[in-house]
Amino acid sequence: MSTEQTPPAAEAEAPQGPGVGVDEWVARSSGRREYAPGRLGEAQRLLERVPWWVILLAAGLAGACVPFLTTNDFQLQIGINAMLLAILAVGLNISVGWAGLLDLGYVAFYGFGAYGYALVSSNQLNPPAGVHWSTYISVPVVMIAAGFLGVAVGWPSRRLVGDYLAIVTLFFGEAFVEFTNNVAPSKLGGPNGIVSIDPYKVFGTTILTNKGYFYVLLVLLVLTVGVLHLLDTSRTGRAWRAVREDTLASSLMTIPVFRVKLMAFAFGAAVAAMAGTVFAAQQINVFPTDFATPFLILIYAGLILGGAGSLAGAVLGGLILSVTLDGILRSPTEAGYIFYGLILATLVVKIRPWARLGAILGATVLFGIVVHTIVKAISPSAVAGGPQSSGWISDLVHNWVVVPSNPTRAGNIAYVVLLVLVIALVQVKGRWRDILMVPTLYLAACVWEGVLVAQPSITRQILLGVILIVMMNARPNGLLGRRRVEVV
Amino acid sequence: MRFFIQELVNGLTQGSLYALIALGYSMVYGILKLLNFAHGDLYMVGAFVGYFVIQWFGGSTALTIPVPLLLLFMFLLAGGGVGMLGVAIERFAYRPLRDAPRIAPLITALGVSFLLENSMLLLFGASFRDYNTSAFIPFSSGIHIGVLNISLTRILVIVLSLVLMIGLRLLVDRTKLGRQMRAVAEDREAAEMLGVNVDYTISMTFFLGSALAGIAGVMAGLVFNQIYTLMGFVAGLKAFTAAVVGGIGSIAGAMLGGLLIGIAEAMISGYISSTYTNLIVFGILIVVMILRPQGLLGRAPLQKV
Repeated sequence: MSTEQTPPAAEAEAPQGPGVGVDEWVARSSGRREYAPGRLGEAQRLLERVPWWVILLAAGLAGACVPFLTTNDFQLQIGINAMLLAILAVGLNISVGWAGLLDLGYVAFYGFGAYGYALVSSNQLNPPAGVHWSTYISVPVVMIAAGFLGVAVGWPSRRLVGDYLAIVTLFFGEAFVEFTNNVAPSKLGGPNGIVSIDPYKVFGTTILTNKGYFYVLLVLLVLTVGVLHLLDTSRTGRAWRAVREDTLASSLMTIPVFRVKLMAFAFGAAVAAMAGTVFAAQQINVFPTDFATPFLILIYAGLILGGAGSLAGAVLGGLILSVTLDGILRSPTEAGYIFYGLILATLVVKIRPWARLGAILGATVLFGIVVHTIVKAISPSAVAGGPQSSGWISDLVHNWVVVPSNPTRAGNIAYVVLLVLVIALVQVKGRWRDILMVPTLYLAACVWEGVLVAQPSITRQILLGVILIVMMNARPNGLLGRRRVEVV
Repeated sequence: MRFFIQELVNGLTQGSLYALIALGYSMVYGILKLLNFAHGDLYMVGAFVGYFVIQWFGGSTALTIPVPLLLLFMFLLAGGGVGMLGVAIERFAYRPLRDAPRIAPLITALGVSFLLENSMLLLFGASFRDYNTSAFIPFSSGIHIGVLNISLTRILVIVLSLVLMIGLRLLVDRTKLGRQMRAVAEDREAAEMLGVNVDYTISMTFFLGSALAGIAGVMAGLVFNQIYTLMGFVAGLKAFTAAVVGGIGSIAGAMLGGLLIGIAEAMISGYISSTYTNLIVFGILIVVMILRPQGLLGRAPLQKV
């Protein structure tokens, strides 16, 4: 490990054998990657030849165009949330994806960053004047402090691995929320949090608008991804992956396992704290509940969706998840697009051939019309509720879904039945699955129009849980993650 | 001294609940090496089942059946229903991941927990619900010596948990199912080769563990009255650590750990401050985990290389 220098010439020639520092076997198996047939495969090969920083800059520039497309503050807020989540997912990827350390207290580092920044940029300490550090000082100091906190939290990883480490870190996360809620209310504000925090002030301008924070986050995201990519391809990055794959073997190969693990924790914590400072500056206030377990689950979901271990995946997963879930909160119509869109996309991906897909969709439509007609004939009040969403989707499904005038009770029953149907759907095979899919889809639409649309914030959480379960069962390596090489 | 005994009884009650939940955690972990985060939420579901049984029989103030019968129904329905729910969750979410990398079922468990919590939130709302136990088990029907008050529900909870734990211990030690469970926990493949029906055994483990959590939920409703949809997560977390403190996979350890944590909690809130209870308990648990990860009664796992 110590005498490892790649001559620049070797890199330019693209050596035929395995590259320096790449395990021969892994190199071979990744070289055997399958490309899509035809034009798509050519495009894939071409894309792989583009240097990584070009892609990164291009993505950054594309992101920079977004604020020109919209002047809507709420849409910019969605973008800000999405990039925050992307940065967090990238940071979590260090310990979970690369080093294979299950850190369930990660959200506390984010909270630490937010609270740390808040304390040195508000009137909370040393009132009434308060403490107001310059952004250039406060952010690095908070990040470094978080790095040390990361080392402290990672310390148990010397002896604990796997689930035990997960549970200790989870306690750390819970303890952070308890701490900010209860300890020193005069300083940390207890449940009331810290309010009126200074905004960022960079290059002589105070950043007050969402647009400004959009660009701050974009720059930070691009920088983080760039630095982490360099880190990933450095020997530290290789050491992380070695530790993940086989701790014992890597320690035999003189990798300082414990130090490498601590580094993963420290880097991850610093990245999270950085995101936290932006969050605090942009929101102007921080509360303990911002950093509770549901947000941790959100970060994990983003990382898992994109594919743990892949930088691009983590970014993409964070962005997609955040935009999707925020979209549900926005308006019933947009929530409808997302809901029906997700279902259609899943069906298109999962069901082949087209004839079968068409048959199932057609049967669902027909089934709905029949059920609607029958129910209406028996009791007109049972369909009087109508869809609770609005827009053209609502008009379209108006005479299709059954929503009683008082949907709460019937909706609850329908929701439970839907869960049972979904479980049954997973268990049965073959033709029965196709047949069962028809009422399940229809019921899903009814439940959506009757119950879920009316409760967007709960629906958002339910969807999050479902995404986690489905992703883990269907594609544990995520959208962009490569299948792990399993050592047998 | 009376205050001490009072706190001790409170701690024992709370500890019995933790122990019951911890047993399920421990059994599932022992057999699948899976941290079932959804387990705490099963406890919450159990509490709701109990509540609806009370409502079904006329509500707490106007019961249509005798109280012992009501209690029986509550425990049976909560135990059976939640047990079935546990089996369904295992089949649906965990079974496909049995040979996946360890992180997969763990994340799935987080997802299941989230799904359960929010489904209940969707169905029943965020408001607190009240068992109103004192309406059908009067507070006066307990032990009252001076200022020392031990209500009948607390006695019931402690005694019933003890019976359940002993029953479980006997089941695991003496019956064929228990032997199969131990065999699968020891080495799943070897057990399968020797003719143990692994799927059935794991399902039964989930059933028993979840049923205990459901019963614990009813007990929590009886003792603390107030139930809500988010009561499961922290209780589950503490119960898990109870299992870990006692030594995961060990039934006696789960009981010991649960009681210890319950009593520690009661003593801290009684003598130090109730504000810091959770913080101190979490602190103790982190220290125990770091110093003795195999727990008080557990064996250090052998690492196969």
